[in-house]
Amino acid sequence: MSCDLECQHLVKQFDKFTAVDDVSFSIPKGSFFSILGPSGCGKTTLLRMIAGFYEPTSGDIKIKGKSVLSTPPNKRPVNLVFQHLALFPMMSVAENIAYGLRRRKVAKAEIDQRVKDSLERIGLPDAGSKRIDQLSGGQKQRIAIARCMILNPSVLLLDEPLGALDLKLREHMKVELKQLQSQFDTTFVYITHDQSEALVMSDQVAVMNHGRFEQVGTPQELYYEPQTPFVADFVGESNHWEATVSVQDSQRTTLTTTSGLSIQTQTTSNLEIGQTVNIYLRPESITLGQEQTTADNQLQASVKSVLFDGAKSRAIMTNNDAEEIIVSLPQTGEFSDLKAGDKLSLSWRADIAKVFTNQA
Amino acid sequence: MNSSQTRLTLILLLSPFLLWLGLLVIIPHIDMFFLSIREKVAPRTYETSLANYAEFFTEPFYWNTLARTAFMSILATVLTLIIAFPVAYYIAKMLRGKTKSILFLLCLLPFWVSELVRTFGWMILLRETGVISSSLQWLGLIDGPIEFLYNDVTVMMGLIYTSMLFMVVPLVSTLDSLDDSLIEAGYDLGGSKLSILKEIVIPHSMPGIISGCIVVFMLTLGNYLTPILLGGKSSMWFTGQIYTQFITRFNWELGAAFCFLLLIVSSTIVWLGLKLSGQTLASTVAKS
Ligand SMILES: Nc1ncnc2c1ncn2[C@@H]1O[C@H](COP(=O)(O)OP(=O)(O)OP(=O)(O)O)[C@@H](O)[C@H]1O
Ligand SMILES: [Mg+2]
Repeated sequence: MSCDLECQHLVKQFDKFTAVDDVSFSIPKGSFFSILGPSGCGKTTLLRMIAGFYEPTSGDIKIKGKSVLSTPPNKRPVNLVFQHLALFPMMSVAENIAYGLRRRKVAKAEIDQRVKDSLERIGLPDAGSKRIDQLSGGQKQRIAIARCMILNPSVLLLDEPLGALDLKLREHMKVELKQLQSQFDTTFVYITHDQSEALVMSDQVAVMNHGRFEQVGTPQELYYEPQTPFVADFVGESNHWEATVSVQDSQRTTLTTTSGLSIQTQTTSNLEIGQTVNIYLRPESITLGQEQTTADNQLQASVKSVLFDGAKSRAIMTNNDAEEIIVSLPQTGEFSDLKAGDKLSLSWRADIAKVFTNQA
Repeated sequence: MNSSQTRLTLILLLSPFLLWLGLLVIIPHIDMFFLSIREKVAPRTYETSLANYAEFFTEPFYWNTLARTAFMSILATVLTLIIAFPVAYYIAKMLRGKTKSILFLLCLLPFWVSELVRTFGWMILLRETGVISSSLQWLGLIDGPIEFLYNDVTVMMGLIYTSMLFMVVPLVSTLDSLDDSLIEAGYDLGGSKLSILKEIVIPHSMPGIISGCIVVFMLTLGNYLTPILLGGKSSMWFTGQIYTQFITRFNWELGAAFCFLLLIVSSTIVWLGLKLSGQTLASTVAKS
């Protein structure tokens, strides 16, 4: 497998503070790789090391198999789309896109032709003579990407490029970015703190926290098989309870939460009776309504409040004033008139809840 | 607040400025203008004529002095810009936090003493019996005393020293407003240091460059102390000529005409500079 970008044991320290802590990964050619993490976890720092603006404290960065540590940023075959785009306000749109080619001393006629092609490809054929401040947010976005892509970089780095856009445009640009990536067939490294951006666009996602990679995997793996409590909590939404192991046999383990709710889960080898654990259960994996005698977990609960949010509507349920349980409301019409005080039956499979021991 | 009250506030706020403008700028200039277009034909009898202006053009010494002053001022402005730009860039872009403000303050420090004192400082250092000349003799590098004063190089140095602050301040403020990520984007897209300077940094700081240049040029052209004290008689500075006409020769009419000629030359050069750099006075003032 040919890897466009490979990082080995990358560490970056600012004085005593470790911003990036022993990060290793490799990205296959032509894939869309996202780094997902909360604000301040070291995403930008990692990206700036790859682009060459920070020198790693230790570790190595390889592009197409060759170490680039000694290559200055203006010679590296990577380009960076900045968090605030950094389009040059003193130049027109066409001059912005042509900047990199001019620096490479490409002939004038060829530059003009390639800029024209590039503007057509991003769907702004007439924008060439405009000034930067005459563009909308989404247009600036596309120009910033075109300005990098015209140089055919091995790797394109994007630092939260959709952060400044409104929700509707962000949804639109997500799809468009993915299309641009497959059109250009370039490796994208995309940084975001928005999990939906990462899940929708990526082939591989790395979840980052406190300068470390918690888990690297496909969006499905992260969602269905989180390896750490942080990933379970950060990717998607989860009900989170603390509990102790009360009964255990070869197949089923019964956990009792601090306020007395008892939950059946699949037995895993690392649990012992009396141990404290964390349970993560997704609101959307709970079935509402029908009595299901086959279900592993089954309980009656009453609605405490309904949080209407269109397709993402949820209800907060309680069971005899024990734990609060957040459930997703399927928008099939069935639950459209649900209100506080209504009684419902909740059920879920034993293997769907994720259990982590405390030290995990 | 009703409109008549608003107007009253406005008038009160504006009155010091209007008084200053009227008493110190407009009225003296009108007076000076009438002074410059009258000719003394006999004791206490005057006629309106352009003779004073004619005298300026017929006497090569006068217009040579003005041309030389203008040229030296332009040169001083350009040199100040070349020296101040790296200083301002270093302060604005390379330094952070405390060191930045300390260095900026150090730039201001010499301006806490008056120009006269500063210029005398230079004289103590540079004159024949001054610090530099005697140290060099003491070290055995030169045989006899050397006079460093009274030449063009010293005048130029003095002018640049006096002007530095007025160039550094507007430059630092425009460079401060340049987003670092633009410079980084330049590198990222393959730009060299030189091309980034030329295509990104300088175009961005153009308003600061222009306003700094205008201020420095005006101050230098109208400077009296530095060229006279450091350059002596040989400095041939136009303000010195104006002084001579007013004070030594008591020829106020010719002196007034010289004042107007200086005003016309400086305005023309500033206007040309703005035209050539494609800036307008309004945009320059607004941005820096
Ligand atoms: N130049 C620097 N000097 C010292 N500390 C820094 C420097 N740059 C970043 N840091 C610290 O490193 C940590 C990670 O910063 P970074 O900018 O990489 O976060 P991020 O993940 O990109 O966050 P965001 O999503 O808010 O952009 C932060 O705690 C920050 O304070
Ligand atoms: Mg960041």
